[in-house]
Amino acid sequence: MKIELLGEGFAPYALLAEFEQGLAAGRYGASCSFVGSMRDFNQGDDVAEMELEHYPGMTERFLQRIADDAADHWGALDGLIVHRHGTVMPGDPIVLIGVWSAHRGAAFEACRFMIEELKHQAPFWKRETVGNASRWVEGNTSG
Amino acid sequence: MTIRVRFFASLRERVGRAEAELPAAGLDTVAAVWALASDDLALPGNTLAAVNMEYVGFDAVVSDGDEVAFFPPVTGGGQ
Repeated sequence: MKIELLGEGFAPYALLAEFEQGLAAGRYGASCSFVGSMRDFNQGDDVAEMELEHYPGMTERFLQRIADDAADHWGALDGLIVHRHGTVMPGDPIVLIGVWSAHRGAAFEACRFMIEELKHQAPFWKRETVGNASRWVEGNTSG
Repeated sequence: MTIRVRFFASLRERVGRAEAELPAAGLDTVAAVWALASDDLALPGNTLAAVNMEYVGFDAVVSDGDEVAFFPPVTGGGQ
């Protein structure tokens, strides 16, 4: 299981393809991925950009723990978590989760588990720019 | 003999600083660290705390050399 924190934009599908090339062919019968991107609207307002703050050290620790927990729980699993920090523009990918497993059930469930755990535990905070002002995003959407 | 304190996001702005170094003597819990580091600012109800990068309650014990962090609820991931 691999985790990565990036201060610049990334191409999620290229990263998925690259990671999959490193896996043993034939060992995995299913893969599942999730890409979360920045919207240009929130709470009825147009959002121009967003600053993603994190807690260096603790953020990596929790991303790795979430990935390892998924591997422990579903077994025979490989995967990655990639997350942005810094200034993010509408349309930019923020998070990528990729999971490879023997069967589809584990792939779907582990992928959902990882994104939900990340949103509730990994120390990230969003500050969005609306017009000439900026505001902290106070909570997660319900999904 | 110090405790390092860190504030993140809206809490950093509310307290007015990103970090502080406090003498460890006499500081027994996370709540006591908050009171001293924030100059007795009222604690926002949804504040989270971590000691050495693990979530803890405000009654958790702190000791010399610890890093104590305070921050609002986390909002990572896609939107």
